[in-house]
Amino acid sequence: MSEPTTNPPAPTQPEPLHRQLGVTDQELDVIRQKLGRDPNHTELAVFSVMWSEHCSYKSSRPLLKTLPTRGHGMMAGPGDNAGVVRIGDGLAVAFKIESHNHPSAVEPYQGAATGVGGILRDIFTMGARPIAVLDALRFGDPTDPRTRHLVDGIVRGVGGYGNCVGVPTVGGELVFDPSYQGNPLVNVMAIGLLEERMLILAEAPGPGNYVVLFGSTTGRDGIGGASVLASATFADSDPNKRPTVQVGDPFAEKLLIEASLELIDRRLVEGIQDLGAGGISCASSESADKAGTGILLDLDAIPRREPGMAPWEVMISESQERMLATCRPENYPAVREVCERWGIPIALVGRVTTDGDIAIVEGGIGIDGLPNPGAKEIARIPAKALTSEAIVHYRLATPPARRRQAPAPGIPLTAQDGLPERGMDPAAVLAALLGSPNLSSRRWVYEQYDACVQSNTVEWPGHGAAVLRVKGTKKALVATTDGNQSVSALDPYLGAQLSVAEATRNVSITGARPIGLTNCLNYGNPERPEAFWQLQEAVRGMGDACRTLGIPVTGGNVSLYNEYPGGAISPTPEIGIVGLLEDVSLLVRPPFTTEGDSVVLVGSSAPGLAGSAYAELAGLASEDSPPSLDLDREAALQSFIREAIGRGLVASAQDVSGGGLAVALAECAMWGGLGAHLRLGISGSPAIELFGESPSRVVLSCRPRHAPAIELLARQFGLPAVTLGTVGGERLRIELTGQGATGAAEERGSRVADALDVAIVDLRHAWDHGLARALGVEPSAAESNPDPHAPDRPAPAPETPATPNAPGGAPAPGGADGATGRAG
Amino acid sequence: MRIGVVTFPGSNSDVDALNALAVAGVEPVSLWHESPDLQGVAGVILPGGFAYGDYLRAGVIARFSPVMRGVADFAAKGGHVLGICNGFQVLAESRLVPGALLRNRSLRFASKIVAIKPERLDSPFTHRSTGEPLHIPIAHGEGCYYADDATLDDIERNGQVLWRYVRPDGTPALDPDDPANPNGSLRAIAGVCNKAGNVAGLMPHPERMSESILGSDDGMQLIRSFVESAKAWEAAR
Repeated sequence: MSEPTTNPPAPTQPEPLHRQLGVTDQELDVIRQKLGRDPNHTELAVFSVMWSEHCSYKSSRPLLKTLPTRGHGMMAGPGDNAGVVRIGDGLAVAFKIESHNHPSAVEPYQGAATGVGGILRDIFTMGARPIAVLDALRFGDPTDPRTRHLVDGIVRGVGGYGNCVGVPTVGGELVFDPSYQGNPLVNVMAIGLLEERMLILAEAPGPGNYVVLFGSTTGRDGIGGASVLASATFADSDPNKRPTVQVGDPFAEKLLIEASLELIDRRLVEGIQDLGAGGISCASSESADKAGTGILLDLDAIPRREPGMAPWEVMISESQERMLATCRPENYPAVREVCERWGIPIALVGRVTTDGDIAIVEGGIGIDGLPNPGAKEIARIPAKALTSEAIVHYRLATPPARRRQAPAPGIPLTAQDGLPERGMDPAAVLAALLGSPNLSSRRWVYEQYDACVQSNTVEWPGHGAAVLRVKGTKKALVATTDGNQSVSALDPYLGAQLSVAEATRNVSITGARPIGLTNCLNYGNPERPEAFWQLQEAVRGMGDACRTLGIPVTGGNVSLYNEYPGGAISPTPEIGIVGLLEDVSLLVRPPFTTEGDSVVLVGSSAPGLAGSAYAELAGLASEDSPPSLDLDREAALQSFIREAIGRGLVASAQDVSGGGLAVALAECAMWGGLGAHLRLGISGSPAIELFGESPSRVVLSCRPRHAPAIELLARQFGLPAVTLGTVGGERLRIELTGQGATGAAEERGSRVADALDVAIVDLRHAWDHGLARALGVEPSAAESNPDPHAPDRPAPAPETPATPNAPGGAPAPGGADGATGRAG
Repeated sequence: MRIGVVTFPGSNSDVDALNALAVAGVEPVSLWHESPDLQGVAGVILPGGFAYGDYLRAGVIARFSPVMRGVADFAAKGGHVLGICNGFQVLAESRLVPGALLRNRSLRFASKIVAIKPERLDSPFTHRSTGEPLHIPIAHGEGCYYADDATLDDIERNGQVLWRYVRPDGTPALDPDDPANPNGSLRAIAGVCNKAGNVAGLMPHPERMSESILGSDDGMQLIRSFVESAKAWEAAR
């Protein structure tokens, strides 16, 4: 056992205590003003976590205020633990995304596991039962041993926690980019479902009410997680920081979910808050501030994991799986009974007061709610000073001097793609893209996550947005995460807009309407003007996109200081979207469903390959720009696709994003087990048409007789639409026509092929094995197994030849309420 | 008719079992781990999850819970008990079915759709099966079925092997490294029953493939077999 500590860790260099705790001299002056005196050690420790970037948003708060946060049906939003939006039938959905980047870099398994635990608590603290997790993970070079160590640990951590706690992990992202080499990103989104009457807020109302702490005991783990670890740049794998990482216990969390939801359901608690960053200091001050009350805390009553903890350690410990609740005194016996039935320790630790202060005493609180005679007050801080009136820094934002490399002399300003000049076979380029670390199948990852517990999963991971039915209704929730770091590195405003556009598009192409946006903004050190400028531009871009697309920002999280000695990460705006599909029988998915269907491309391509997967693969002139985005057109496209799906015109739909149109078509073909024969007009460059990632495009398939209606509908939305060809066969064949194709290429003496022609089994092979090869792991055994949904799944009824399936007496899967595309 | 689903602390697929029973048209009854009283149910499901956190070893603590005394008595009287995933692990630890479940051969949690085929169609847990492979999910880290050779020979002889993992052509994935054998189970065993035939366990989750909206209702062949056997047993008493 370690020696009892009475003070914060001894300085390695003689430095004032506040600086050791990450409080600046200027901040100390403000603390003195707020208290009217010098803070003592315990108070300073509490301020240090509460005024950390992680808890206070002291740099980002002025920016976040500019975001649109009002929307239809919103019940809770930014400032609450999670956004909550009504979905009808007396139900609502709660969702939020949060980062756990630095803990995962130091201790990958526990860092990722507690990231899942923390975001789940944010959901059930609102009264919602968690029904899904999505994990967005970003790493450096996949062939690097340290990256592989991080990938393995983080994936095991996400799975280890989510699988045990019984919440399916249904989607997410896995991105490799050199900028994350020393600073991986672990962003976890959770979604919960609640009856509207269950909604409860994190507040401590009613002076005289009991304040209870239940869940795990309080230990020395995670001390300073928010301040030391999350709010400073760091050297990778700094072993001294390992004790700042919390340790998760998903079994304890599972019990906590059940007990908390029972307490809320039976209205035994008046307010409830989880203990995350900042521990009991944060939970108590936020709850009191929100209710306009104070809290008197009895330090001795807080159950400890180990003896000899100093008051400041107890106050800022980030031990996991703990909840703080307020209850009426007469309900306390029932609250205790619920916790004890679930085997959860519970303690009465304080009273709600009227003075607006967080006061901490040693020596106990009497039955009258006042400190016992002889009890010693060891800290007293106005709750407001820790939360709503915490310090705000107005940081300097400066764009970098040169945002783009100047073109070399003699190089034309127009973008030049490398494809024709290099004589590349477009099929080979396509296979290389599909097998690349960022576009290949994520099966090796998601097969380590329970994806179907709770019996809601309509769409398993791997093929676009996650789809969860809402039991007892015809509805489904559709969710996705997307973040574009490669364009953000070139233009943070555009990158954030593209992230919102892609995430919402991924939801809209299922037929669902996006109802809210949560975001995790991963940026560098805000004290560096260029990094702060990136954050400022991203918030502006996200806000503009949300306003045009009509989606409220329901909450989120800001993770700054994502830097390490080798540099800063590319700015990464991770966007989480939840959409509502009113009738799950109308769900449309990306795979081609039926031989003979027409393939229609809606939207047009714009020049610019910078930031694309193709550019990464083929190399690119540095003066090229990313393709532009027209938000009005994006909004029109998403309205169009939802309308077309709602009218039953669409059999499959996929958006054009990473890897461009060719990859989108390949995915429709591979996942559906059906090829296609298409003709694509090339006006400028084959590389841009095939592999460019200009936004606001979808490729869909439909019955041939519906193609004219779809083209007409698209024109009504002001969108170009062209029928490319027909679904069928075992090859993806795209003939390139028009002046930009064969003829022009021949004139230039190029050997570029005039068609992309490849067997889908070959594309599938590249796609299946790419990730395992990059990571040097055993390829998944499941590749020989049929996809649960795709090729052997029955196609929609009327115009489909009977598919042999489930012979014998069993009712055939699919059928009337099957999730495949409608026959129309 | 009423069928019980046991909830241990840490059970998480109890909701799936309750849902599948409702789909089958029977009244599901939640049974709490602290009571050996099974409330007169006609059959019992031990669901998936992580009972008591699966600390020490999967299923080993649950074995000593009060409800398992009730389940063991119920089984001894001939009542039908179905253990799914963690429930199978609990049954194996309780010695109510033969064998043990080891860590997956990959040493990783495995979540995917597998194909299993009933070995016989005359058991209480398979008589409503078509005999064709069922495509249902697995979600476990410790599902590698193991027993010594003598036990394996014995249970094969007695017809206690109820389901095996099968390859796309329908043949058993006997090689533990066969991609169709998701966890390295010996002789591709996915599920077994006791000698009397009234207690069965399997690693895959039939109760999670209970409705076409979830991908298929293949699992209902198994759930319906179990429910009807329980009904017949109750009627005969």
